Amino acid sequence: MTQAATLRAQAETLGQTLPPLLAQADHLAATVILGDHGRRRAGMGDEFWQYRPATPSDTARMIDWRRSARGDAHFVREREWQAAQSVTLWVDGARSMEFSGSRNRPPKSDRARLLSLALAVLLVRGGERVGLAGADAPPRGGRAHLLRIAAAMAEDDADYGAPDTSGMVAHGRAVFVSDFLGDPAKLETALAAASDRGVTGALVQVLDPAEEEFPFDGRTIFESMGGSLRHETLRASDLRTRYLDRLAERKALLERLARASGWHYLCHHTGQSAQSALLWMFRALEGGR
Amino acid sequence: MWIIGPIGFTAPVFLWGLLALPVLYWILRAVPPAPIRRRFPGVALLLGLRDDEVETDRTPWWLLALRMLALAALISAFAGPVLNPSERQAGSGPLLVVMDGTWADARDWPRRIDRVAALLEEAGRDGRPVAVTLLTDLPSGEVPFQAASVWAARLGSLTPKPWQPQSAAWAQGLDGNFETFWLSDGMDRKGRAETLAAFENRGAVTVFEGSRPMLALAPPVYDAGAIALEVLRLASPAGVETDLVARGPDPAGIERDLARQSISFAPDESISLASLDLPPELRNRIARFELVGQRSAAAVSLVDDSLRRRKVALLAGRDDREGLQLLSPTHYLRQALEPVAELIDGNLQDVLLASPDVVIMADVAHLSQEDQDAVLGWLDKGGLLLRFAGPRLAASDVSRDAEDPLLPVRLREGGRSVGGAMSWGEPKTLAAFPAGSPFVGLPVPAEVTVTSQVLAQPDPDLGERSIAALADGTPLVTRKAVGQGQVVLFHVTANADWSNLPLSGLFVQMLERLAVSARVATAGAGDMAGEIWQPVAILDAFGTVQDADRIAGVPGEKLGAALALGLTGPDIPPGLYATGDRRLALNVIGPDTVLEPVIWPDRVAVEGLVVAREQGLKGLLLVLALAALMIDILAALWVSGKLRGSVAVLAVLLMVPHGADAQTPESEEFAIRATANVVLAHVITGDAQVDRVAEAGLKGLGEVLFARTTIEPAAPVGVDLETDELLFFPFLYWPMTADMPLPSSAAYRKLNDYLRSGGMILFDTRDADVAGFGAATPEGRRLQLIAAPLDIPPLEPVPEDHVLTRTFYLLQEFPGRHAGRGIWVEAAPMDAEQIEGMPFRNLNDGVTPVIIGGNDWASAWAMDDRGVPMFPVGRGFTGERQREVAFRFGVNVIMHVLTGNYKSDQVHVPALLERLGQ
Repeated sequence: MTQAATLRAQAETLGQTLPPLLAQADHLAATVILGDHGRRRAGMGDEFWQYRPATPSDTARMIDWRRSARGDAHFVREREWQAAQSVTLWVDGARSMEFSGSRNRPPKSDRARLLSLALAVLLVRGGERVGLAGADAPPRGGRAHLLRIAAAMAEDDADYGAPDTSGMVAHGRAVFVSDFLGDPAKLETALAAASDRGVTGALVQVLDPAEEEFPFDGRTIFESMGGSLRHETLRASDLRTRYLDRLAERKALLERLARASGWHYLCHHTGQSAQSALLWMFRALEGGR
Repeated sequence: MWIIGPIGFTAPVFLWGLLALPVLYWILRAVPPAPIRRRFPGVALLLGLRDDEVETDRTPWWLLALRMLALAALISAFAGPVLNPSERQAGSGPLLVVMDGTWADARDWPRRIDRVAALLEEAGRDGRPVAVTLLTDLPSGEVPFQAASVWAARLGSLTPKPWQPQSAAWAQGLDGNFETFWLSDGMDRKGRAETLAAFENRGAVTVFEGSRPMLALAPPVYDAGAIALEVLRLASPAGVETDLVARGPDPAGIERDLARQSISFAPDESISLASLDLPPELRNRIARFELVGQRSAAAVSLVDDSLRRRKVALLAGRDDREGLQLLSPTHYLRQALEPVAELIDGNLQDVLLASPDVVIMADVAHLSQEDQDAVLGWLDKGGLLLRFAGPRLAASDVSRDAEDPLLPVRLREGGRSVGGAMSWGEPKTLAAFPAGSPFVGLPVPAEVTVTSQVLAQPDPDLGERSIAALADGTPLVTRKAVGQGQVVLFHVTANADWSNLPLSGLFVQMLERLAVSARVATAGAGDMAGEIWQPVAILDAFGTVQDADRIAGVPGEKLGAALALGLTGPDIPPGLYATGDRRLALNVIGPDTVLEPVIWPDRVAVEGLVVAREQGLKGLLLVLALAALMIDILAALWVSGKLRGSVAVLAVLLMVPHGADAQTPESEEFAIRATANVVLAHVITGDAQVDRVAEAGLKGLGEVLFARTTIEPAAPVGVDLETDELLFFPFLYWPMTADMPLPSSAAYRKLNDYLRSGGMILFDTRDADVAGFGAATPEGRRLQLIAAPLDIPPLEPVPEDHVLTRTFYLLQEFPGRHAGRGIWVEAAPMDAEQIEGMPFRNLNDGVTPVIIGGNDWASAWAMDDRGVPMFPVGRGFTGERQREVAFRFGVNVIMHVLTGNYKSDQVHVPALLERLGQ
């Protein structure tokens, strides 16, 4: 919690570079810049949607006289329905996220929080409501809310985290950021619960490069970060291929789960640039529509 | 102690520890390396995986072997291993250690002393009384048996002597019983067997002999224009090679190697012949011959007069009877001197130029005043003028009334004849030579007679000037000193007209005594009788030449005997002896000396000199164990996968020695850059601003040259005097700063080479704005300091007709940024004169090696990258004009450098005249 302030500052700087990228996606540009998203159908809103011929059920007030004066028929001016989106973030704060394979790489949790908060900054700037699952931070807009989210990103004592679906708004969006190395059954339950409430979103798996490479040799005792799991080997290098197989299997599982419930899946490494991951997350939230 | 082969163990009990090795093997094999604990979230994926192979829990065999080697080395180290353990048996009774102590010992004297020290140590442990004796330096009286420690302290003061031992009598005079250790020099000589027998009468004898090859140098012999030397060897296997060096003073008096020749022996030969053919100037300077690397008096041969060839000028009166050789006044002199001296012919003035040692005038009466002065000047410097009488001298009135300066005595008119057909009396014989005469001691043969002679006037000092006389007391040879030299007159002719003296052997001996000729062969004792020879330099046994100040002179007979027998001794050490002008070398090796190895009888035990010293191996083994354990650390890390990153780098760094950087490509690149094109260069002064301006200036000048002339220089180069090669550059611009460091002597050598090989340096003190003629600025003073060791010819301010004024442009001023007038170049030769009608003198060849000025030319030339001048010059248009003239000066200088005095050539005069007239 102590780095809440710096974390937000970092997130802000990361978020600042994104609007130019978004501008290239023209169907997003208007909405991102204007705030609330058009729902591509007539309804409540500020934007013009279409003129339609007046029906007898329309009151005289609703007729757009300026348009109707050009012809014999009467027209009603309709506006596009606009509504803000609710996005719920879940950031894994378990011990396993504290791992870093090298002295000059930040732990995975740093990257996870940075990504989440940058996404929150972007969303809030776009007029969305952002909330943090599991914490006392229901989806809301406004920059002050970002401070609250940053402060609420908590650490967990458990070895591996399980997604929290509490506080998820129905038909909203959700983003789960974790290493997903724990029990996949819990994730499955959470996804099922989310699907039940019509929530779609993205799974972002943050891994350290060391976890991808398994650069270990010799006689080694591997322990989980909390110490609850333990595995001893006499020649770690022999395990490499089998470990990598299992990791690939786990990724395939996540991919499959995400696709089945209409979610998106990304595997991100702390060795890579955070920007590309952020862009991917942003587009994943947009593309779901 | 327990001994296996050359190794013994002082504490063999510890070796039982080696039995523990198999146990260790079993233990080490069973224990796997300790695991590392790693925090790793991916462990969740690892759960349930099993290791494929199980044998890795055992230590690898090579690691086991390494560890066991370390432990074995440790155990053996503590068992106290010793290399070459000495098992000695104690002796008893008095011990006499005898060393030959000759020059033959000198070559390995320290080893002999070491061996004696080892023997003394042993004797000291056994408590035996010991005496140490050199056979060349025998103790007087009883053999001084004393405690070994007393002798050990005295060992350092024993030195070998350069003469032969004379020990038989002394050894036979010994009494008492003792054991003898004899350190022999390996040379057979007289009295050896008797001495051995005498020692054997007193007790057991053990002989110690070295096996180092013995080389000796026989005295040089002059043979048909070359110096022949014999190198002898003893007891050496084939393939000995060494260098023979002739040493002597150079003209400056410093001793140097005058000649060098390598010597090699055929496999079975014991004699190698060397022949040195040297010019007489060099040959006369040789003081001694040496065999390089042989530390013995036998390898040194001092050189005496036998190699010297005096330069003798022969002058005769008119040769009016051409073709009658036997009657020629100089025929017998020529015969006597030809083999032993350099003869010079010619007229007097010519031969004096050759600075002869001796001038012989046979029957020459009159000398012109000029000749006489020249001869007197030469005599003052130590020449010897030897004159012979003859009909002309007798008939002339030379030295009749007053003594001629070039004759020792006044002469009576006409001379006399005795024993002829028309005269009374018998032909006169010679009297014995008086004491004080250089001929004293020479035997006078009875058959030498004189029939005619010139007679000396009876003057008061006639007696002391007469050095040989006839039986009736008339002086035959007279002598007087002139300056440092002397004049000697033989009152007879040099041919057989007046006496048969020139036909006798005595004549040759007399010439030899007068140091006219050198010794032909070894003089017999008789020849040297009556003389005292003073040692000038003596040889010690190691072959070094030492002063002989404190050694008394030796009578000639004794020296002659020593020379004849090749015997030297304490009272007549080998060395160089002199009497008068003559020198004689008494060398250790005479012309007849033969080196023969001593053959010891079978009953005598002969041992080598080599002492196998005990050497503890404990430290070595401990180091080995430690090194093995160090390697084990790295190996263990590697096996358990902990050797990575920095540790591996460190380990590799520790094991790989650093190689030296090769830098040839750089200098090659520099050379190619400097020579691929014409490159102007400036000296790097160390002042960054000055260097920058100099480079920009040369660049600007290069642009101008490129645009206006056929010289197309590449980019200028800064030259570091200390490291860069200068010879690539035709031209160096050297801006002077007040604090420029002095170049090193190597850099000066390079600079002088550069100047001598045609390079030019333009010194620029950049101070013409403040300095005029004679005004010293800091830069000017620095230039004086820096240029002092340079090889710079006399300078003068640029004359109006210097070739610099017309190599490309016609110029009379050489301004730079300043327009000072003090430009200095190499002075024209003194005899350069302007020819009538020519606009300039025909001046010196070649390029002036330096131009010195202070006009800060580089600043005027300097251009930046766009070709815009970097510094303002003067004001307005005049300033630009000055810059233009500065560029023209630069063009002229470079033209001068590259074309030399081409424009000085008179061929161009008409064209230049025409242009000058315009």
